[in-house]
This record gives sequence, structure tokens and C-alpha cells, in this order.
Amino acid sequence: MNPIERRPVSLLRIVGGIGDQALYILTDLGNMGIFLFFSLVGLCTPPFRFKELIKQLGFIGAGSITVIFFTALSSGMVLGLQGYYSLHKFGAEGMLGSAVSLTLIMEIGPMLTALMVAGRAGSAMCAEIGIMRISEQIDALECMAIDPFRYLISPKFLAALISVPLLTALFDVVGIMGGYLAGVELMGVNSGAFFAGMQKSVTNHDLRLGVIKSFVFALLLVWICTGRGYFVQKIRGAGFGAESVSKVTTQAVVMSSIAVLIFDYLLTAVLL
Amino acid sequence: MSVEGALPSEPAIRFVDVCKSFGERAHRHLVLDRVSFSVPIGKTTVIAGGSGQGKSVILKLILGLLRPDSGQVLIGDKNISIMGYKALQEVRMLFGVLFQGAALFDSLTVFENIALPLRERTKLSGEEIRDRVAMTLKQLELAGHEEKFPAQLSGGMKKRVGLARALQLEPKIVLFDEPTTGLDPVMTKEIYELFARMQRQLGYTAVIVSHDIPQIFTLADQIILLNKGELDVFTDPSRIPYSTKPNIREFARLIMGQAAV
Repeated sequence: MNPIERRPVSLLRIVGGIGDQALYILTDLGNMGIFLFFSLVGLCTPPFRFKELIKQLGFIGAGSITVIFFTALSSGMVLGLQGYYSLHKFGAEGMLGSAVSLTLIMEIGPMLTALMVAGRAGSAMCAEIGIMRISEQIDALECMAIDPFRYLISPKFLAALISVPLLTALFDVVGIMGGYLAGVELMGVNSGAFFAGMQKSVTNHDLRLGVIKSFVFALLLVWICTGRGYFVQKIRGAGFGAESVSKVTTQAVVMSSIAVLIFDYLLTAVLL
Repeated sequence: MSVEGALPSEPAIRFVDVCKSFGERAHRHLVLDRVSFSVPIGKTTVIAGGSGQGKSVILKLILGLLRPDSGQVLIGDKNISIMGYKALQEVRMLFGVLFQGAALFDSLTVFENIALPLRERTKLSGEEIRDRVAMTLKQLELAGHEEKFPAQLSGGMKKRVGLARALQLEPKIVLFDEPTTGLDPVMTKEIYELFARMQRQLGYTAVIVSHDIPQIFTLADQIILLNKGELDVFTDPSRIPYSTKPNIREFARLIMGQAAV
């Protein structure tokens, strides 16, 4: 067969491959959409699992306090130092409080909190659901006519929606403390100017933007992490058994982190 | 489909011309090809065949976890192939399932695993649930293990806990997926005796998927054999080598070491 005769076959294969991949992506998005719908319905369907909610609040919320504390302290101190060196050039050190607090409340706080929670709790949620799926525990729930969304997924959704905004608030407070330590205690910026600048520049609108971001990021990370675990056996190229869970967990953390970064820009552009 | 001898009861489960395939278009693999059979009420039906012949697929079709490409799966007179989620949930209340790996919840104790369906699906008080679970634990010789986690149990004990959980809602039909995989011969015999005893006591319809041939035939009132997409039904294991289906005769030759007629 000469190359000219072969070309249509190869072209067909390429077009077929692209179509096949497009169909797979559409199916995956559809599955994830249905998953989100049933998870949100499960939030409003009694009986509510308060014990499980408390357990998840402990895991996602209380369990993340240490990592959030140190990330916030480090970010705040770095912001304090960097801000001081930049503002010092213009003799505007008094604006340090304003610069640190606005950056933390509107951008760094919600974003880094979501990334930390995705890395710590999101990966664990994905692996837990993935293992339950491959060991037929989710099938067992369905066979007992127990809704796996209400029983398993929705408490995680609610816990993330409560925990992430609270952790973001903690991040903001600790971050501002870090900025104060670096700017005021180490570099000698006036303490009154630091707090006055912060009080003058931070408005309700800025706080609202931070809160909205933290809710959206919480929803994104819990949706993607639990959803990837739930569909572990349907994800192309994930393989089987323990390998599939490890691959899908990595994928879930990467995807949720990218989604957080994209939505950070979009929300800032729309709401600023 | 040929049926060797007649069973007295009406069917609890019926497959009518069911087809099921897997894989993407280019590599589609037909697992069940126009399969039809019935499972009689109150009897034990064993579905046997080699690996990858579609035994577990049949169980998942019965439970509505998979939908057939074509044909009907009837539970009583209800076609579950076209049912919505809510209606399917109601039909699933008829079933108890013992999964291959027992599918116990790792984070729950033995007691919590067995109590789960009662807590979630009934309005029994905490005390009533405790009494009922304690009775089942005693029946299945699991008393004293209530506070253990699944990871602390042997393979045989996991199966017994799985059976205890499957029986909590007094199911009309109990499905067993490869119930003796990973067990030694002594434990396998004990589990078979337990199955027979519980079925006699509770009178449910049992469907057992297994490749433990011919030992599993001792439990069977009806045997369904699967090989290479073909299916045949027997009430007497000695009739298996005389099947009219060539693939079943070939399978019989392989597993029973007998020459097909």
C-alpha cells in the first residue's frame, strides 16, 4: 500500500481519536455534574448525620489548623518584609498594614488556605472514597438501599463549606500577625500607623470578596476530590486497584489546585 | 436454554434475552449474549463458570448496579432494567448481598457494620438494634468480636460478618459473590454449612456465584453454567457433561475431567 492510500485511514484514526477523547471528556464532565447535584441534594435530605459532620469538621477543619497556622505566619512575615522593602523606597512604610491586610484578606488567605486543605484533606478524602469504591464498600451501601451521597459525600461537602471559610479567617488573622511581627517588631514600622492603615483601607467589600472566594474554593476542592475518588474506576488511564487510587488522588489534588487558581482570577476579575 | 427437570416454585428473578458488553467501541467485549434463565423462589441457585465469563456481571445486573445493553431483568414482575433510582432503591430492599471481599466498612467495628442497615433503613430504637445484632452475632458464632475492626478479623470471620450484615433487613433474596475466595478448605466447608443452615432457617432465595466447582454444587437446587457467552441450567450436576451446548460440554470436560457425550 502506497502512502497516499494509507493517508485516509490515518486521518480517520486521528479524527476518531479526537472525537473519542471529546466524548470521554463530555461524559466525565456530565458524571461530575450529576455527582455535584446529588451531593448538594444530599445536604438537604434527612436524616442528617451530625456525628459524621463533627468527625469531618475535626478532620478537615481542626486537623488543618497547624498547617494553616504555619503557612499563614510564614506568608504574613514574608509579606511584611517584602512590603517594607518596597514601601521604604517611597517613604511609605506607614502603608504596610494596609498592603499586608488587603493582600491577605482578598488573595493570599483564601487561595493558600484552599491549596493547603486540598493537599492535606482533599487527597485523603479522594483516597478514602476511591478505596471504598474499589473494595465494593460503596456498592454495598447501594445494595442496602443507603444513598451513598447522603451517607458518605454530603457530610464532607458540608464540613468543607464550614471549615474552609473559618480556616481562611484564621489564615488572615495569623498572616496579619506575621506581617506585624516582621514589619513592626523587626523592621521598626510604627505600630499605630500599621493598624490605622489597615483599619482605613480594609472595607466590607474586601472582606466579602475573601469570604465568597473561600466558599467557592471549598466547593471546588471537595467536589473535585470526592468526585475523582467516586469515579476512580471510570477514569481513563488510571489503571486498576491501589495504583488507580494513587494516580487519581494525585490527579484530584492537581485538578483542584488548578481550579482554585483559575477561579481566583475569575472571581477577582468579576467581583473586585 | 434447556432446563433439566422442573422446579416447583415460581421465579424470583428472570433474565430474558439479556445482552451485556464492555469496553469502548473498537474493543467491545460481549460478555452475555441473549442470556435467559429463571431463579426459583426459596431455592439455592449456583451460577458457576470460569473467570471473566460474566458471573459477577449477572449479580450486578440483578442488583441494578449495571444495566443490560438489551433484554429484561425481572425481579418478581418488575423490570429493573428501566427503573429510576428511587424505584430501584425500593427493589434493593429485597436483597441482601455478601460481596467477594465482604465489603465491610473499614472504619466501623463489627457491631457498627452489622447495625448499619438497621440504623439507616429502620426506625428501631438503639436497644432493639443492640438486641438484634447480639442475636445475629450469637447465631453466626461471632459473639465477643463486636468491638473488633474488619482489619482484625480472619477471612472466614469477615465473610460471617458480611453475611450477618446482609441478613439484617430480612431479605427475600440473598446474593453471594464468590463467598469462599481466599478461604482454606476447612473454612470453605464451614461457610457452606453455615449458608445451608441459614437458608433452611430463614427460607430466602439464594443466588451464589462461585468458581469452587464441584464443591459448590452440594448447596445447589439449581446450577447455571456459563462459558464463552453460552449458558445452560441444570438441577442435577451429573447431567452437566450431557449438555446440548458445545461450550458447556467443553467446560464440563475441563472442570470435571469427564468426556462429553
